[in-house]
Amino acid sequence: MIDSLRKHVSPGWMLVAPFFMLVVVLYLGPILNILWLSLTDPEPGLQNYQKLYTNDTLLRIIWTTFRICLITTIISVAFGYSIAYAMVHAHQKRQKLMLTLLLVSFWISILVRTFSWLMLLGHNGLLNNALETLNIISEPVAFVRNELGVLIGMVHYMVPYAVLPLLVNMQTLDTRVMSASRNLGATGSQTFFRIYLPLTKPGIVAACLLVFILSLGFYVTPAILGGGKVLMVAEYISVQLLVTLKWGTAAMLAALMLFGVLALLYIMSKFMKLSTVFGGSTS
Amino acid sequence: MKQSMLAMFNRTGAWVLLFFLVLPALISIPVSLTPKRFLSMPKGELSLRHFEKLFTSPEWLSSFAQSAIIASSTALLATILGTLCAIGLWRVSSKYSELVRAFLLLPLIIPQIISAMAFYRLWIPLGLLDSYPGLIIAHTILAGPMVLITVSASLANFDPKLEQASKNLGASNWATMRRVILPSIRPGVFAGALFAFILSWDEIVVTLFISKFNVYTLPRRMWNGIRENTDPTVAAAAVVLIAITVIAFGVSTVLSRRRAQTQND
Repeated sequence: MIDSLRKHVSPGWMLVAPFFMLVVVLYLGPILNILWLSLTDPEPGLQNYQKLYTNDTLLRIIWTTFRICLITTIISVAFGYSIAYAMVHAHQKRQKLMLTLLLVSFWISILVRTFSWLMLLGHNGLLNNALETLNIISEPVAFVRNELGVLIGMVHYMVPYAVLPLLVNMQTLDTRVMSASRNLGATGSQTFFRIYLPLTKPGIVAACLLVFILSLGFYVTPAILGGGKVLMVAEYISVQLLVTLKWGTAAMLAALMLFGVLALLYIMSKFMKLSTVFGGSTS
Repeated sequence: MKQSMLAMFNRTGAWVLLFFLVLPALISIPVSLTPKRFLSMPKGELSLRHFEKLFTSPEWLSSFAQSAIIASSTALLATILGTLCAIGLWRVSSKYSELVRAFLLLPLIIPQIISAMAFYRLWIPLGLLDSYPGLIIAHTILAGPMVLITVSASLANFDPKLEQASKNLGASNWATMRRVILPSIRPGVFAGALFAFILSWDEIVVTLFISKFNVYTLPRRMWNGIRENTDPTVAAAAVVLIAITVIAFGVSTVLSRRRAQTQND
């Protein structure tokens, strides 16, 4: 019997099994348990989901999350497009320097970056002090502990993620198409808007979806730069679990977030091979 | 010539944006050198007292040590499991293996807050909350996909005929693995280990949920310091972290250069 199993099942699966089992038992298991909880805690039924219609606080939190994610996505992808475009069209040496800057910022700890924004933009921060010394303002401006602070921090974190799919997309474009357009008499901006921009649409869509997905569950930056004033879904979940110990509502929000993310990933896979976004070809 | 004007404008903008990405983090350097007891820019004189405090306080030192232990264990475990898994999937190469690969990348993509919930939920009955094994296993599950990606990328450039040749010449599976496959994917394995280490070293969201008193990692201590927002020791810790990042970045650049070289050979 073991022999027949050997014939039909590739021995490669033996190597896959340890990590696969670990993920299934200790990760997928509890996630399914959470989905189940959203339907059964505190009692079986859909009442957790009904709260979406009845509970104004919940609705406001979901709306805030959606709005902040959307604005973050638009700004990050616009910035990312500008950087990716400049990188693709720069000389090789400059390109390397640009890539280094991008990757260094990518690698610096999220806590360090968030903390830096707090020191720069806070009540007694560098920016407020400088503006006061220059007599431009008489009282500190509130840059953080509001939506503005959260947006600055999130955009700062997301721009590198927006650049990577755009870069992959732009590098594969056939530059002869653009030359042909110029030769046929189109101006530079006509070529850009009629030819280049449409050709980079897959990259733009992938970048938007990636940034939006990552923003949806973002916890650190909103919690610190929002200073409790800007409540988003992730922080609300943590309060529900660690302070008020209500699993039902938190599980429902997690289920919504999870299905949202999976749906967006599905759409994204239609536009781009996902593996190229997550670090090189894995095929 | 309108395009070149626009392109020039965009190029300047792109450089400004790139510096906007990197420069803000450097603010912690001057702040960490302030002689005062609260977060402030130094005016005139500089002092190293906050670094002294960082490296003499038992709390910060224990956090450094704990993070180092957890991140190294995570890197080791995730590298072993992820590398085996990548080799296995590469061997199988069927539509099922691609499905399994996509599934195993999920821990990277699913929002951290949901992963945190999942681990918290399961660690309570298993008694793993607030323990080294609890954190190491959780971080290994999150970091494994990183190793899977980097090793798979290396394997994509490995010629399967070499494996065949080794077996035809009479080498056992184990010898083939150790003498033929592993040496040629070494850069990918090292890069994966490095990524896994960094991921664990930096991880805060899951850590916040599954650690409390016994295990107090560096990000956890920084998180608390940031929330109190007064102690410049946090700025000194941030400077140390930036230094480590830059060193790790240098190492990974060298590794990827070597990887490019082995590909050309």
